[in-house]
Amino acid sequence: MKSVDTSRYRSKTKQTEAALSRGETSTAGIHPSATERSRRTSLGRVRPQRPRWAVIGEHILETVIRISGISAILFVLAIFLFVFREAFPVLGSEEFSLVEFFTSIEWYPTSIKNVRYGVLALIAGTFSVTVLAMVFAVPLGLGGAIFISEFCGPKLRETLKIVIELLAAIPSVVWGFIGLTVMSRIIVQYTDAPVGVNMFNGSIILALMAVPIIVSIGEDALKAVPDSYREAGQALGATKWQLIYRVLLPAARNGLLAAVLLGVGRAVGETMAVLMATGHAVNIPHGILDSIRTLTANIAAELGEAPVGSEHYRVLFLTGVLLFTITFLVNLTADLVIRGVRRK
Amino acid sequence: MDHAGTISRFSSTEFSRQKDRVERVARWVFLAMAVVMIAPLVSIIAYLLVKAWPSLELEFLLDVPRNGMTEGGIWPAFVGTVYLVFISLAVATPIGVLAAVYLNEYAKDNWLNRVINLAVINLAGVPSIVHALFGLGAFVYGAKFGYSILSASLTLAIMTLPVIIASTREALASVPMAFREACWNVGATRWQTIWSIVLPNSISGILTGVILQVSRAAGETAPIMFTGAVFFKAIERGDFFAYRLDEQCMALSMHLYTMATQVPNVEESVPYATAVVLLGSVLIVNTGAIAFRVWLRNRKKW
Repeated sequence: MKSVDTSRYRSKTKQTEAALSRGETSTAGIHPSATERSRRTSLGRVRPQRPRWAVIGEHILETVIRISGISAILFVLAIFLFVFREAFPVLGSEEFSLVEFFTSIEWYPTSIKNVRYGVLALIAGTFSVTVLAMVFAVPLGLGGAIFISEFCGPKLRETLKIVIELLAAIPSVVWGFIGLTVMSRIIVQYTDAPVGVNMFNGSIILALMAVPIIVSIGEDALKAVPDSYREAGQALGATKWQLIYRVLLPAARNGLLAAVLLGVGRAVGETMAVLMATGHAVNIPHGILDSIRTLTANIAAELGEAPVGSEHYRVLFLTGVLLFTITFLVNLTADLVIRGVRRK
Repeated sequence: MDHAGTISRFSSTEFSRQKDRVERVARWVFLAMAVVMIAPLVSIIAYLLVKAWPSLELEFLLDVPRNGMTEGGIWPAFVGTVYLVFISLAVATPIGVLAAVYLNEYAKDNWLNRVINLAVINLAGVPSIVHALFGLGAFVYGAKFGYSILSASLTLAIMTLPVIIASTREALASVPMAFREACWNVGATRWQTIWSIVLPNSISGILTGVILQVSRAAGETAPIMFTGAVFFKAIERGDFFAYRLDEQCMALSMHLYTMATQVPNVEESVPYATAVVLLGSVLIVNTGAIAFRVWLRNRKKW
């Protein structure tokens, strides 16, 4: 991801484009219709023209390209609309109250006598496992980013970046499997936890999954700090560590913050790994060795059993809307932070 | 940095000595962090390989699951994953590449395109389980495709789309502006320039980005779990053309989840071997794509 580099390049591109479209002669290639007119009138004779089908075909193609460009917006809206549409009817239901949804820790969707839909415990689960994962992942990720960007030579850097990329490619279900088999055994052996699948297990797995993204975005942020800053620091006799601590970290602060936020986004949205590694108990955790359940894992676990169109089914979709909103806000913030960096 | 060393050789003050000590400590701490970061990849692969060893042979790949899925191979799951990956990429690649062409070659810096950029970023951040809900609502029930390979592939396609857009944009942006200007100046239209100059010069970068998505699509579980992948489906051993578009299928990632959590008394090495096949295919495809990219970068002339 060379977001900063390419954006710099692109802005140059746009300047050139703007300059081109202001000029008169060089727009010839850009607006075919204008070109044809000028060929007929100002030159006084008709030059050989492209076949009509080619011109029309090109128009059609450019329309298709434009539509594809807008498709991303359509998909985001469609995701929200379709998920919301399935969830919506439950909002008007008598047995469901939005206040209870957000404030109750009681999640008994299949109880026969007294159905209760409270997602507070699930939110607490998601929140706690994400925070604990970030406690592990942020120092490790930022440390890794600093090492790759400042301490190692070009060969080692390339190798490390490839390894990070491979690390990011490990499927979440494989991570979940590791948590279920390896990590849980280790945890049972070295702690007095009754079961190995718990918040600690899940957060280690999530941390390992979030580290690659923090490293790669963080490294980009550090690389974007101008070399003149480093040279100025070195000229004053600063060691690398002093340089990092006093100059690079403050200068790359926003980029690093965005890296952490994207890591958070990944951890909040992760499904399979937490489904398999956190132990599936709906409760508010009191210690790091408690089993928990997250919003995502809850949907994955129960959607298969909820009859289509039932209240339970719709509440699960409502949880989806909640998740969508949370990650939307996290990503939006990260984007605004990165944008702030670019503007500078 | 020899700099600090030079100072201490000539005038070693307490201050500079301390500075050097801190520097050494910092260097080791950061090295340790990098090692801690890498260690899981190596140890995970090693551990899985050791555990999976009894089952790892070609027969495991080609055989169908037997005896209530507790023995036998993974052929139906493997084929299902291949189907899902190819169909989803066949859908996502054209849309993604065209969208990237629009964003990189046509779009001006106005509010619409800022919204598009934002949408791409957010699409990339939507949790996989929300994609599953969307697939269920839109394709399975909305478009009435039912639980099928088609629904699951389309769900995966939308999931991989933003990443394809991002990687394609990067590949397009790396084509120097001068190439385009030269082409415009001989009278080519914008599309002619894109078709004959920009795309040929960036096709390898685009391909690399798409290949990297193969592994992502293959590894995803949540989006296909409720849209088309099933626990078990009987097909013939070694039969590659076993599935139809409107049928459900098995998938490797789903199979691993099932074996690990739902099926009792599985032969111990079988889930490990499934994990090895999944992880192995993902890493092989990715390593190939990365090697291709490195090779291309060295070959590039501009």
